[in-house]
Amino acid sequence: MTTQTAENVKLFNSGHTACAGCGLALAARLVLQATGPKVIVVNATGCLEVFTTRSPQTAWGIPWIHSLFENQAAVATGVEAALRALGRGDEARVIAWGGDGASADIGFGGISGMWERYDDVLYICYDNEAYMNTGIQRSGLTPFKGHTSTSPAGKVSLGNMKQKKNIPAIAVAHGLPYVATATVAYPKDLERKVKKAMEVRGPRYLQILVPCPLGWGHATSDTISMSKLAVETGLNPLFEYIDGKLATAMTVKQKPVEEYLKPQSRFKHLFRDAAGAEQIKLIQEIANSNFAKFKVEAVK
Amino acid sequence: MVAKRAKNILIGNPGTSLANKTGSWRVFMPVYDKTKCTACGMCSMMCPDGCVHGDKIKKYDPDYDYCKGCGVCAKVCPVKCITMKEEQK
Repeated sequence: MTTQTAENVKLFNSGHTACAGCGLALAARLVLQATGPKVIVVNATGCLEVFTTRSPQTAWGIPWIHSLFENQAAVATGVEAALRALGRGDEARVIAWGGDGASADIGFGGISGMWERYDDVLYICYDNEAYMNTGIQRSGLTPFKGHTSTSPAGKVSLGNMKQKKNIPAIAVAHGLPYVATATVAYPKDLERKVKKAMEVRGPRYLQILVPCPLGWGHATSDTISMSKLAVETGLNPLFEYIDGKLATAMTVKQKPVEEYLKPQSRFKHLFRDAAGAEQIKLIQEIANSNFAKFKVEAVK
Repeated sequence: MVAKRAKNILIGNPGTSLANKTGSWRVFMPVYDKTKCTACGMCSMMCPDGCVHGDKIKKYDPDYDYCKGCGVCAKVCPVKCITMKEEQK
């Protein structure tokens, strides 16, 4: 079945069945490079689970467990409690990993419970802004006016009517010692945040924006530039909250949101007529308020 | 013991996905010009499939067994030494 030798078993292996240009596959590798081998990953249902474990094969080189869409946090709690009960709490740390749908919508009750119980688990939400695995349905983290198959743009509607749910703020409100956002365009920043999160004991939350060429409708080679533009336009600010206080925020030169929206086919309806132009102004306002809030002051 | 584990479809052995040669998906193929390459390692770090390997001396090469031809490496290369060419199979 396998032609694997001891030397080439890595933490996250090639041969997984992610789409070409997948930002998530990159994020998964970067996170595991930062944590090292002493972790146990608990994975919710989603792209990450589907493309890494095409049964009976697996791309993971570390202990990994998948249960359901809604109970990744509860399973992670159990794994962590079992490690402590066996007196092996120092041998491995637990990471719970879910997509934006599993984190913001379906599994949110379990995650809130895990944070309340103050379990020693790093929760990573990979945010590709819709249920990409099942055919691009709207999730709680789908951006304002984004086209998905359940928030279609047409004569009556101009895409998703709600703004992105602010999960990092909810995490801070739970009194978490460490909350951060990251994205794949800044791998060193991502690595630093993962390492910092692993130093802290208690529940931690990390939200990683991962571009999805299939769902966002951009070229596969634009994965990194889209991720970078999301930060530079202010639509996905990078910040860190330590013990409830804003510790760092990324300083970038602000760009107009059109630069980010234009290459993506999920926003193409906004460039058709005057009604779309009105919506772009609203999206620009969201970006401006993010810049004001996180003090990611424009560098002149 | 190993044979017993292989029969259990709920437990996979680490790294067995390497049996999938995803390089067959590729339409455009990255071609690396090693004369221009400065061995910064950006392509290796940014490859979604983790299939670009190398070091400062040998410089970098993609593993065409797994490269899906997304073109991320060509886009992030600071000296533009990677070109995407249509592959003739």
